[in-house]
Amino acid sequence: MDAKRRYTAGVLKYAEMGYWNPDYEPADTDILALFRITPQEGVDPEEAAAAVAGESSTATWTVVWTDRLTAADTYRAKAYRVEPVPGSEDQYFAYIAYDLALFEPGSIANLTASIIGNVFGFKPLKALRLEDMRFPAAYVKTFDGPPTGIVVERERLDKFGRPLLGATTKPKLGLSGRNYGRVVYEALKGGLDFTKDDENINSQPFMHWRDRFLFCMEAVNRASAASGEVKGHYLNVTAATMEDMYERAEFAKELGSVVVMIDLVIGYTAIQSMSKWARRNDMILHLHRAGHATYTRQKSHGVSFRVISKWMRLAGVDHIHAGTVVGKLEGDPNMVQGFYDVLREPHNPVDLQRGIYFQQDWAGLRKVMPVASGGIHAGQMHQLLTYLGEDTVLQFGGGTIGHPMGIQAGATANRVALEAMVLARNEGRDIWNEGPAILADAARDCSPLKAALDTWGEVTFDYTSTDTPDFVPTATPA
Amino acid sequence: MRLTQGTFSFLPELTDEQIGAQVEHCLSQGWALSIEYTDDPHPRNTYWEMFGQPMFDLHDAAGVMAELGSARATFPGQYIKLNAFDATRGVESVRLSFIVNRPATEPGFALIREEAAGRAIRYTIRSYAAERPEGERYP
Repeated sequence: MDAKRRYTAGVLKYAEMGYWNPDYEPADTDILALFRITPQEGVDPEEAAAAVAGESSTATWTVVWTDRLTAADTYRAKAYRVEPVPGSEDQYFAYIAYDLALFEPGSIANLTASIIGNVFGFKPLKALRLEDMRFPAAYVKTFDGPPTGIVVERERLDKFGRPLLGATTKPKLGLSGRNYGRVVYEALKGGLDFTKDDENINSQPFMHWRDRFLFCMEAVNRASAASGEVKGHYLNVTAATMEDMYERAEFAKELGSVVVMIDLVIGYTAIQSMSKWARRNDMILHLHRAGHATYTRQKSHGVSFRVISKWMRLAGVDHIHAGTVVGKLEGDPNMVQGFYDVLREPHNPVDLQRGIYFQQDWAGLRKVMPVASGGIHAGQMHQLLTYLGEDTVLQFGGGTIGHPMGIQAGATANRVALEAMVLARNEGRDIWNEGPAILADAARDCSPLKAALDTWGEVTFDYTSTDTPDFVPTATPA
Repeated sequence: MRLTQGTFSFLPELTDEQIGAQVEHCLSQGWALSIEYTDDPHPRNTYWEMFGQPMFDLHDAAGVMAELGSARATFPGQYIKLNAFDATRGVESVRLSFIVNRPATEPGFALIREEAAGRAIRYTIRSYAAERPEGERYP
């Protein structure tokens, strides 16, 4: 279409405005996004994809002549590929490319204001989901990334060769500082590396934050002296304002904590601020993904957790809850393994089975330690190690504190089960199949492990996942 | 007390056969083994003494076990650990580290508290054994 017609006042289809360009070859420096779109009836998929490209970049609903004051053709995002989602009636995958100049360097807030800013409420779409993104190395390099990262965290803690072990203090609400610290001490002394505040433990009438920090640090140091190991408690500094969070983080630092914690609900800017604080103060930064399932769980609408994982690696956290596969919370094995890959690999190849649609080079950005938490127990150790690998924190809250012989015994059971499983795996044994036998053998020298297996050995959470791969493997002809 | 640093400290002491299997595993991954020893097991004592250089060019588990035998003969009453180092880009760090020798008795650590303002406490962890001079810490 010639420029004169293109810019005549009135309404044009987004595709006609230049947001659909099937011939476009994405540049290495483009940011790429894959959306799952469900167009309203009668809206054709290319036009819907173009609308998403338009509304997440330069467009508005009508033609504006002021476009002509810019190099509009380069600023427009381009939908360059649309294909039906395998096995679905009305959903399409739309690939969209964005010029790097559209984004402020090093700002997740700016990135997300474009990519998920307006477009999710757009009327011609029934539903929209951001499935994956590709960030060029030039953009990745504008972020500091995790303040500590997996490698340095292990070096600081002097813990190698096995997943780390943690537990969340329970009950999550109501304990006084003194009683809360008791749980922390018992769990750490029994053999855990970390204990954790829950997402909603901040500063409530039953326990002021300063009180919690003081009692927890007493517990951490006592346990450290009892074991000769470095230990930590994730002190949750989440609060109403940045000023409050800085105050709490400073206090945690003063007391000698190795780690502080924040919740995803504080927002992307606050996360990046705390990341910078953690980097300045040599602190491990733990992120609890509180709230994520409101927009990550349903396949048709929202933002995939793999995208949140990528954003958080850029924003710079050291730990992030990323699923257990076998526990009480949503998580298809392939999807969860995809999140783990995004968080801790130097480079991600395309892996449709795991929901990874783009190659991603992390350009040396540090690795985030994924945390597996929620409804897991010692009897699943072979499955956890097989699915999740070594660089992860396994958090057994109920599985530690609910142990029939007490919290220390619960912690010891988990540590023994873990070490026995790692030993067996390194010896070349088939832990997936021999796991229960390996645990039973280890339990012969460890009555707490025996009690744990007797109590929870059979507990599973076997429900169908909602967030599953769309990839349909086809048999290759021999 | 029992010092629980290292990957396998919660298990019964590993036999030489079990240690050999872990060494085989490390070698099969391309990691270099090294031996370190100390009589100061403070949790933040990062630099244990090196018993020779990391064995970058030794690809035979029996050779590593022979080195370990010699370390044990030289420092029978000290902590000895085996480390496996991975020089892969992006890791360039220890991948496995476990204690393979420990003193007959482990007196543990004192927790020293210094009361500070506002109920804060400054903590110091001190090894009872390290109160004696180097070389005389473990009988």
